[in-house]
Amino acid sequence: MKTFMLGWEFPPFISGGLGTACYGLTKAMDRLGIEVLFVLPKGFEACSPGNVKILSSRYIQQGQSPEGFKKLKFRSIATTLRPYIDFESHRYPSLHSKKQKSHLGFKSPGTGEMYAVDMYGEVSNYANKAAQIAEMEDFDIVHAHDWMTYPAGIAASHVSGKPLVVHVHSTEFDRSGEHINQRIYDIEREGMHAASKVLAVSNYTKNLIVQHYGVSPEKVEVVHNGVEIDESSSPRCSAEKQDKIVLFLGRITMQKGPEYFIAAAKKVLEVISNVKFIMAGNGDMMHRMIDLAARLGIGHKILFSGFLTGDEVRKAYRMADLYVMPSVSEPFGIAPLEAMRQNVPVIISKQSGLAETVCHALKVDFWDINEMANKMISVLKRPALQTTLSRNGFYESHKFRWEDTAIRVRKIYEETLSRS
Amino acid sequence: MASVCFYFQVHQPYRLRHYTVFDSDYNYFDDKKNAEICRKVAKKCYLPTNLLMLELIKKYKGRFKIAYSITGILLEQLEKYAPEALKTFKDLAATGNVEFLNETYYHSLSFLYSRDEFIEQIMAHRRTIQRLFGQTPRIFRNTELIYNNHLPRVIEELGMFDAILMEGADHILGYRSPNFVYKPSHSSSLKLLLKNYRLSDDIAFRFSNRGWSQWPLTADKFAQWVNAVNGCGYSVNLFMDYETFGEHQWEDTGIFDFLRHLPGEILKHPDNNFKTPSEVVDSYDAVGTVDVPRTLSWADIERDLSAWLGNAMQENSLSELYALENKVKSTGDAEIISDWRKLQTSDHFYYMCTKWFADGDVHKYFNPYDSPYESYINFMNILDNLDGRCTRALSAKEPVVSGAIQGIKRTRQIRNNKYNTNFCFSERS
Repeated sequence: MKTFMLGWEFPPFISGGLGTACYGLTKAMDRLGIEVLFVLPKGFEACSPGNVKILSSRYIQQGQSPEGFKKLKFRSIATTLRPYIDFESHRYPSLHSKKQKSHLGFKSPGTGEMYAVDMYGEVSNYANKAAQIAEMEDFDIVHAHDWMTYPAGIAASHVSGKPLVVHVHSTEFDRSGEHINQRIYDIEREGMHAASKVLAVSNYTKNLIVQHYGVSPEKVEVVHNGVEIDESSSPRCSAEKQDKIVLFLGRITMQKGPEYFIAAAKKVLEVISNVKFIMAGNGDMMHRMIDLAARLGIGHKILFSGFLTGDEVRKAYRMADLYVMPSVSEPFGIAPLEAMRQNVPVIISKQSGLAETVCHALKVDFWDINEMANKMISVLKRPALQTTLSRNGFYESHKFRWEDTAIRVRKIYEETLSRS
Repeated sequence: MASVCFYFQVHQPYRLRHYTVFDSDYNYFDDKKNAEICRKVAKKCYLPTNLLMLELIKKYKGRFKIAYSITGILLEQLEKYAPEALKTFKDLAATGNVEFLNETYYHSLSFLYSRDEFIEQIMAHRRTIQRLFGQTPRIFRNTELIYNNHLPRVIEELGMFDAILMEGADHILGYRSPNFVYKPSHSSSLKLLLKNYRLSDDIAFRFSNRGWSQWPLTADKFAQWVNAVNGCGYSVNLFMDYETFGEHQWEDTGIFDFLRHLPGEILKHPDNNFKTPSEVVDSYDAVGTVDVPRTLSWADIERDLSAWLGNAMQENSLSELYALENKVKSTGDAEIISDWRKLQTSDHFYYMCTKWFADGDVHKYFNPYDSPYESYINFMNILDNLDGRCTRALSAKEPVVSGAIQGIKRTRQIRNNKYNTNFCFSERS
């Protein structure tokens, strides 16, 4: 079995959950003996947001297997495609602002260089190059991760005559609420309809796909994500800390619900004062959030740490007494699972894929500030709750294994191939 | 000779309303939901089953007998929300063929935490049974059949009881049968009636299980199993929740038809009869003693306390609750005391059980909360409010300030020794 996989980020070139998911999935598929040819845009150097092992960037040299992988090969395509855009750049301004339809300027971190990028041009460039590679390679199935690679997936499937599977890690409705970008939506829709199977990371996402994209439910398979085993897991550093620490870790964008976190923090501080709230991440709403915290008079209690790298993330988890994911719409939510793996109690929004699969997490509607604060206070105030949640959560997080995800994916491949 | 001894547990808690840390009123209970559930269960179970029992008692001219243990808080709710169901319980009492047992009024775990509170609740329940049903109970049944060697000592000292009901757990009985009468290892006057859990659970849990090799269970088949006891036991003690009829096992499972035909099938065998627990105690001598050093209950496969005291949240909420005892009582405020007691109902702690939570089982079915964590958060918010309410009530009560301080001191002391307090009470000789 050989799969032609189209992604747009892979450690260490990642800035969000998608790269983490691609890494975990391919690593587990590799262990199952599935050959993976991973086609990747040659992106920017970004940092690992979670507990992923940082691989040497040398593997990006054509065809070489990265450390720890047996059958994984890479092909890279020079492009400026990026799944998430840093907060200096405002998210996808060219796609969202009416004045500037097709061009945007953003900085590559560290370089300060400006690129004028036509996003759709890049998407189709990537598709063309992917199709060229597909013509030269031999494989059984095409697997495309999220909208930017769907045109490439369709093209590769077309030139090779092999079936296409698209993997939905998030949809335009998650990222933009009801104010969707029509062009992205169209690309997503086309990819889903062209595919023989659509993999959704949760039932939550499956429902969105069926409801908004007109895909028949029989065609959509739910494949939950896993979480990487972090062997370096060590005891929590709760000793002699003056303040309790509540952690928000994710992009500071509309999708992640940062303003609900701050509003709940305000309510928590009305009841208990020795708490600090750390917001780790970048995003287009960051300035507004700093401003909001200041206006609520809790600026000194909310710390913005910026984007954290692997080791810093681990350290943040270890300091945290509570992790909160108040997402407005979260297809899955790997980060809270990582927190559970680090013995941190978690509160997650009910508008997430994870909420449908975990038991040992507290769940709230993202808009229900009162209830979010109620639960935050209880966890911070009651050691018995913290202990029970973190102990059971730790065990439960072990149920999410990438091996199981890979086995499911393999089964779906086999079914797809036997029908085509 | 095989007697069939039926005892039905009849209980509904006062469920709590959603109460956050930002709430400050004293309305802790979800009156609307409690009324709704009480009326629903009365309609589906209490009323139809009571009418059927009345019919059967009449039909078999007194040869069919049963016993109930109805909690004080359910009787209160029936008076308020379903008086017609309460009336049929009174009609049953009037037949002379129905025995009422004594338990803690609030269906509490007070036996494990406070002897004073335990006894006060037994007495309150006793008075209620006397008032409503004109009977003075002779048999004690503890919440969830919780039992250890200490229980018969406390019950014997009260001098009001002839027997205690207990789970016929295999690990206690060994090769011995639950179909005989036993006595506690440290008590001279009391007897023990043991639940035959296999035959009880055939009705209560397995009746509608199509995967069970004996499904469908018919009255004549069940009667044959009872007949098989003839010669190796005195009485088959069938103890179960009354809600088995019509609520846990819905009417369409045929549970009412089963019950309707059961007395006739049992009585077909000339050596069989029905007895109430008191009659069993009067008819048969104890054949041996039962030693229970570790606390036993009728719950789950473990038959222990882990459904109520299995995690840190349960231990914490229970010890905090009972640590308030003196403070609550020294307010002398009837409403505060009543609210505190309603919080003692074991169901609140059952909802916090994380055992098997992930597998979604029987615990989930009875749980009004989305998760055990939610129930703990809610309970503790209410308990915090109650604590503050006591403080305010005590400071308003000038003349007894010294008493209040005493109460608080005692509370602190209990808090500091919580593990001692919990367990020395149950294990103390």
